[in-house]
Amino acid sequence: MSWFIQTCRSSLGKKYIMALTGFLLGGFLLVHTIGNSTIFWGREAFNAYAHHLHSLGIFVPIFEIGLYSIFFIHVITGVLLWLQNRKARGPQKYEVQTNPGGRTWGSQTMIYTGATIFVFILIHLANFHFVEKTEVLTISDIVTKVLNNPGFTLIYIIGMSVLALHISHGFWSLLQTFGINDPQYNAPIRVVTWAVAAIMITVFVLITLLLVVSQNQLLG
Amino acid sequence: MSSKTINIIVKIWRQNGPHAKGSFEDHALKDISTGSSFLEMLDVMNEALANKGIEPIAFDHDCREGICGMCGAVVNGTAHGPEKETTLCQLHMRSFKDGDTIIIEPFRATGFPVVKDLIVDRSALDRIIQAGGFVSVNSGSPQDANSILIPQHIAEQAMDAAACIGCGACAAACPNAAPMLFIGAKISQLALLPQGQHEAKTRAVNMVSCMDENGFGNCGNERVCENVCPKGISIRHIARMNREYLKGSFFRDE
Repeated sequence: MSWFIQTCRSSLGKKYIMALTGFLLGGFLLVHTIGNSTIFWGREAFNAYAHHLHSLGIFVPIFEIGLYSIFFIHVITGVLLWLQNRKARGPQKYEVQTNPGGRTWGSQTMIYTGATIFVFILIHLANFHFVEKTEVLTISDIVTKVLNNPGFTLIYIIGMSVLALHISHGFWSLLQTFGINDPQYNAPIRVVTWAVAAIMITVFVLITLLLVVSQNQLLG
Repeated sequence: MSSKTINIIVKIWRQNGPHAKGSFEDHALKDISTGSSFLEMLDVMNEALANKGIEPIAFDHDCREGICGMCGAVVNGTAHGPEKETTLCQLHMRSFKDGDTIIIEPFRATGFPVVKDLIVDRSALDRIIQAGGFVSVNSGSPQDANSILIPQHIAEQAMDAAACIGCGACAAACPNAAPMLFIGAKISQLALLPQGQHEAKTRAVNMVSCMDENGFGNCGNERVCENVCPKGISIRHIARMNREYLKGSFFRDE
């Protein structure tokens, strides 16, 4: 096992961890997007979806623990990389800061968007996940209650935008980390990774806006 | 081609030693020929400084034709200056305008401690090369030229990677101070060719661990390196390094 620990501790090993956990979190997000889009079909469909999920029984907490672990590994490794990179960059900054090309808004802000998403997820869990466990309201009622609050509407739209920025770099970046880079595919890969991020985020933002515009969507 | 002259202000980094505190110094230069190279401009400035009894500015240089990898500084925030795929020595003063203030700083990274002024210690890159080992090529009577077949496109890629002159601009420009374009190029030039394939996996693992030991950062796939590389080396070589390291770590076959 020593080789495994050595690999995980190395700079490239940490990058693989970021890429793999990022990929899994992205996969979760995709399923979350598809599941939540049942909201467009109204209260019954949405509650039925939630009910189906809950009926998985023991798999729900197992999946939750797995997801939390992946999430925390991603966060902790990300912070470790950030600290290491700051140290490597040194205390003396360049007098002139330029972008000779290559950097994007997404790539420059990964640690900041990451931190924002972390806070957002805490709010999100406090809004829905923990409430759902303690209250008797159905999930559609909770969603309606939360998203009809203008403050939360704003927080959700900002959260989604920041997530889009994070994924706009992250999705392409994880493919590069796994060595998937070939001039033949680079342009389509770039477009597809952006498109997937854009579609997921658009669905979430539309859900938020739907509940602002049409408050009765989930009231049945 | 007629060359005109320009007047510029040079704001340049002075630092006496690795542990000394450095600062910028301003020098006004008059009548600099636009036909002169950037390093010739520094020569002119140093001569003027020496005549005034001021210690000249220390900077690295050797071949001055863009192939040795000795020169390098950050000019107006860009490693090797504003011209794409151009080393500092091949940058010419025609890239600047009359009245410009040119800010010159050394390559900065924890792995590249400043020796003096613009000279930085890049021996970490040598240590990384040494960690990669060497390729044995048997000499003696030449074998048939076609006994080792190398497709043209593979040979081209290996040559593209081998164009790396080891100047260190990739690490200097990288927001995370990672010399991964350098290592990627060095790994690729050998991993692509039959002679280098036998040790490709261990080479990748050893070079990356040497990089970590020398205080460099981690690749964030920001792609700044390929944009400042004077040899135009692509990050596809970093992707190849990532593949070789993955193979070397998980499928070592030992």
